[in-house]
Amino acid sequence: MKISVADVEYAARLARLELTPGEKELFAGQIGAILGYVEKLKELNTEGIVPTSHAVPMENAFREDVVQPSIGVKKALANAPESEGSFFAVPKVIE
Amino acid sequence: MNIFDMTIHELHTELKSKRISSVEATKALLERIKSVEPQVGSFITVTPEQALATAAVADKRIAEGECNLLTGIPLALKDIFLTEGIRTTCGSRILDNFIPPYSATSWEKLRDRGAVLLGKLNQDEFAMGSSNESSAFGVTRNPWNTAHIPGGSSGGSAAAVAASEAIATLGTDTGGSIRQPASHCGCVGLKPTYGRVSRYGVIAYASSLDQVGPLTRDVADCATMLEAIAGHDPKDSTSVDTAVPDYTASLKNGVKGLKIGLPKEYFIAGLDPDVQSAMDAAIETYRRLGAEFVDITLPHTDYAVATYYLIATAEASSNLARYDGVRFGHRAEADGLLDMYTRSRSEGFGVEVKRRIMLGTYALSSGYYDAYYVKAQKVRTLIMNDFIKAFADVDVMLTPVAPTPAFKIGEKVNDPLQMYLSDIFTIPVNLAGTCALSLPAGFSASGLPIGLQLIGKPFGEEDLLRAGYAFEQATEWHTRKATI
Repeated sequence: MKISVADVEYAARLARLELTPGEKELFAGQIGAILGYVEKLKELNTEGIVPTSHAVPMENAFREDVVQPSIGVKKALANAPESEGSFFAVPKVIE
Repeated sequence: MNIFDMTIHELHTELKSKRISSVEATKALLERIKSVEPQVGSFITVTPEQALATAAVADKRIAEGECNLLTGIPLALKDIFLTEGIRTTCGSRILDNFIPPYSATSWEKLRDRGAVLLGKLNQDEFAMGSSNESSAFGVTRNPWNTAHIPGGSSGGSAAAVAASEAIATLGTDTGGSIRQPASHCGCVGLKPTYGRVSRYGVIAYASSLDQVGPLTRDVADCATMLEAIAGHDPKDSTSVDTAVPDYTASLKNGVKGLKIGLPKEYFIAGLDPDVQSAMDAAIETYRRLGAEFVDITLPHTDYAVATYYLIATAEASSNLARYDGVRFGHRAEADGLLDMYTRSRSEGFGVEVKRRIMLGTYALSSGYYDAYYVKAQKVRTLIMNDFIKAFADVDVMLTPVAPTPAFKIGEKVNDPLQMYLSDIFTIPVNLAGTCALSLPAGFSASGLPIGLQLIGKPFGEEDLLRAGYAFEQATEWHTRKATI
């Protein structure tokens, strides 16, 4: 299957990735080859087959609605590249 | 016998009788790690101070008469398990500086039994790979022949057991990532049934497929490790609330009358001749032990790899959206928020991770969702039904783990599709959500280990372990040591 550099750029934008011109070329070829391979699924008639999202048949896993101890602000922020008070800090969104 | 070569049960006997202390055992392992690491590269982080401190506590517990099978046993974890206060990278630059604020449930369970953590093991970045070559922290080498890959993605977990750098380890398996490296490194590896072991605190790759399991020197150790980590966890809503059997108790029940299925799709023309003859010999061994063989069919096997690489990459593209430079992990210098996301991710992820995120994003994107993702989920149903039908006639299945012994480092690195196809015999088990065991079953002409896969019914780990134990009693493959 043929994947263009424009297709790659489109998916990269959705995935929040910035690729070098070399990576775009590489991925266009490799993803094209992989998608070409997965085309074989079209050989199968799946009319009326229910899709499986999860191997174990389970409904919602509920628990009692009670407050449990949590890790707290200090630990939650310990890995933050930047924080301010009890918040994660990020570059300005609105100028 | 060297302490570092012992099994869990052998070292336990020594600890319990106080002939060896946990501190002594831990020191022996740390020395061993120091001497073989330059050749193998199993570890990303070694934690000697914490290990010796925990070992001292274990010795105190033993002195007070408290010694379960794991008290004082030096273990190591794939670097995908969160360990509170100890750096956890998942093999990625994007988590180079990440110190988890809490621990994975599976590790907490081992730690509560007194196990000692030696360090964190090398792996393919975000568990995406079959060779450990995608790690951002250098390749891991196969202890049996250092020109070859150890397998992946739990390559460090398998190499550490094979090179006697840990008594046992934990890995994760999404498409074969415990079984394939176990097979390539000549150790025992178990992928439990989906839901059998909590995945809380395990960094997610493909959530509907990921499962935690042990890599060990023998089947008895595997049973001990599974017993310790299995069970329901309220913190993992996909863990199943069924009782954990005493896996050790049923080990010696033998295989007389056990019905073993041979799926014809797994014994293909392209199979390496050494792998084929190891399988023939294993079948003969089981026949001699009284097992019965049944020819079965899993007709959709040929579609499993395609199905897997759509489902796994779609789930990965969603799971890995969390690495955005906001709350943890690498943050790039950037001009505005969107630029920060994009640059942080582009600098932090390696090429295999980017490739899979791209593939998954494409498969989920508008206009392709039904043709790729939903189609793959429907074929997954067909693959699961194959297993349900076949298991109506047999107790377990016997297959090779991989079509060839470990390939050479660099051999498949530029051809992702060929790399993906090497997981053809392990992937269907993850799609079906059931359990499978990899056992040492021979060697290639060039001296590389060959593994045998036993596939069980959902929650049929007892059958796998007793069948594995019977095989081990009748053969000596698991007793051979890599001469590193």
